[in-house]
Amino acid sequence: MGVPVSGGMDALAVRKANLLLENQPNDAVMEITMTGPTLLFETPTYICLTGAEMAATLNNEPIKNHNVVQVKAGDILSYGKLESGFRSYLAVKGGFLTEEVLGSRSQYFPVTVSKKLLERNEISYFETKRYDALISDPKLENHFNSNFLEVEKGPEFVILGDAQLAELFAQEFTVSEKNNRMAYQIGEKIVGHKHTIITSGTLPGTVQLTPGGKLLILMKDGQTTGGYPRILQLTEASICTLAQKRAGDTVQFKLV
Amino acid sequence: MNTFDLQISRFGEMAILLQWPQEVNELILADILAFVEALKSQDRSDWEYVPSYNSVTLISKSKFDFEQEKKLLLDAYSKRDGHQNTTERHCWQLPVCYDSEFALDLPMVSEKSGLSEEEVIRLHTSEDYLVYGIGFLPGFLYLGGLPQSLEIPRRDDPRVEVSPGAVGLAGKQTGIYPQNSPGGWNIIGNCPIPLFNPKLEPPCFVKVGDRIRFHAITKAEHKLRKIESEVGIYNLNKTLIDA
Repeated sequence: MGVPVSGGMDALAVRKANLLLENQPNDAVMEITMTGPTLLFETPTYICLTGAEMAATLNNEPIKNHNVVQVKAGDILSYGKLESGFRSYLAVKGGFLTEEVLGSRSQYFPVTVSKKLLERNEISYFETKRYDALISDPKLENHFNSNFLEVEKGPEFVILGDAQLAELFAQEFTVSEKNNRMAYQIGEKIVGHKHTIITSGTLPGTVQLTPGGKLLILMKDGQTTGGYPRILQLTEASICTLAQKRAGDTVQFKLV
Repeated sequence: MNTFDLQISRFGEMAILLQWPQEVNELILADILAFVEALKSQDRSDWEYVPSYNSVTLISKSKFDFEQEKKLLLDAYSKRDGHQNTTERHCWQLPVCYDSEFALDLPMVSEKSGLSEEEVIRLHTSEDYLVYGIGFLPGFLYLGGLPQSLEIPRRDDPRVEVSPGAVGLAGKQTGIYPQNSPGGWNIIGNCPIPLFNPKLEPPCFVKVGDRIRFHAITKAEHKLRKIESEVGIYNLNKTLIDA
């Protein structure tokens, strides 16, 4: 019916946060892009932060990514300067209990009422007074430091000529200002083409080439079908890497 | 039943692309829908199906063995005749306002096709279009059967924002944008009836394989129909299609 898969852009970070809290893999987490909110917890729980590092503090005490941290009623979590990556994730024990639409707790306007949380919004979660985390300080490296995006050949890879192939794999590209949960547009153009394809399925991580030579990389809220040639397909891990890039960052395609 | 040359390829780590011959053809769509119905009748709850024109994208919830799936699919395709197709098909009548307020690209379509604007509208409302796919955005219908004289290529660079209900032309296709979105189609009108409502079951009343017939309405009627559908009193007209 054309509804995108949606959900966390950096699925690896989401998975880590839920795993460390021993949550279900699909429990809802909060995705925090570029700058973070100030959050007041009214109920005791345990939290875990993953993804981008944003100098998070709990009651003004710094907390580290990948640590399971106890939170008491009245505690305040706030975020500072973005230090690495672009999207940070906050998981609570048992997951956030946001509205379920079409079997998902993701927010995607207009299938859901809103596309993001607003100031003074309240979200429910289960109370957890006592929980002993299996792993408390796993010393994990971030998975998104590389600028290589591993790709497979897409269904229309064959339309690419030598000039386009050379351009695609020999140079660094810049993430343009036009990047969001639907798609990331690449700043540089490559040689265009005159191929039209009959509309067919697209996936998160599909790289489309427009006739004008623009490269569009579809992401989690991306269209489910499209008519531009699908020249490359990012691996699942590389979708997560790209989700942590912002305008001006460079990326390089690497065929696997 | 026709048997087509089926091409099965890996599409990234999580999907498989099934491709029929590269053409827009009602027989191909019928074969695709029959095959998808046959597949859905088996125990394959790990897979989601996105049928569209001459292809089906199968999306998996978990990683899979491509060669093994390919064998299963080829086997299921050769045995699809045994499955009885039971889905009812409808033709839905949808109103479209072709007023210049909405029809941003109608002058350009008129110029490129060499037809008057009135003739473009007459031709656009003269066919029962076949729904070849629902995708791109929630409730976006890909319609086939466009008169050849209305075939205008997609815009080279897509618009940043197209309004909900915008009716567009692109190559051999025509369709309605269900929500605000970027879009590369040539816009010739606006349909006031929303095609996707997550509170309804199913959220989209149209199915792939149904048909759509447009009729022209004035700006005043557009406003009325929009209000009617927003408050939930618009009466959709449909007729049953004999299979």
